[in-house]
Amino acid sequence: MAVRITITSVFVDDQAKALAFYTERLGFRLKHDVPMGEHRWLTVVSPDQPDGPELLLEPDQHPAAKAYKEGLVADGIPAASFTVDDVRAVHKELTEQGVRFTQEPAEMGPVITAVLDDTCGNLIQLTSPVA
Amino acid sequence: MGDVYKALADPTRRLILDELAERDGQSLFELCGRLAMRHDVTSSRQAITQHIAVLEEAGLVSVRRSGRTRIHHLHTEPLREIVERWLTARED
Repeated sequence: MAVRITITSVFVDDQAKALAFYTERLGFRLKHDVPMGEHRWLTVVSPDQPDGPELLLEPDQHPAAKAYKEGLVADGIPAASFTVDDVRAVHKELTEQGVRFTQEPAEMGPVITAVLDDTCGNLIQLTSPVA
Repeated sequence: MGDVYKALADPTRRLILDELAERDGQSLFELCGRLAMRHDVTSSRQAITQHIAVLEEAGLVSVRRSGRTRIHHLHTEPLREIVERWLTARED
């Protein structure tokens, strides 16, 4: 059995707002946008890996999803973690665009990490290898 | 106000203050990451939360919010008591 990760997800409070943030700020590309009841099957992918794992921007309508998000955000815990080439450069660029970070770039062993607010109720960790 | 001396008596709590002195303003997530990665602290997140509560009660750490995230700040004012009690030159 060769199991693969094709879809992972974050719970977002507003899919349209999430699509804008994840594409315009984080640089993902829209992959699938399919109407599904009152919401959409909405996924984005890395521009480097258009056929790679998809990030599902999933509605957080369930009450448990909201409680889960609030608990993580209060303690600064990311809902997901993504890799970039240079966390410090991305932090500078996004900060200039008004993105709020709850953790500035910091060396954590072999990686540099930073944590930002996705404006949809989640914190997102960015990592890059220590140069 | 909790006891400053008791708060400082624990090595993990002193490491928390060290990390906040290096970078003031950290979430629980960042503090736990630094303690684990830099100091091999194996305490659970709950244990770290309790250490932070003791530091807060002693007035050594204060919490503000960035959005909905609790951000911890170093507050050194209670340490002045130690300086004034023993290290300040006395006239008499």
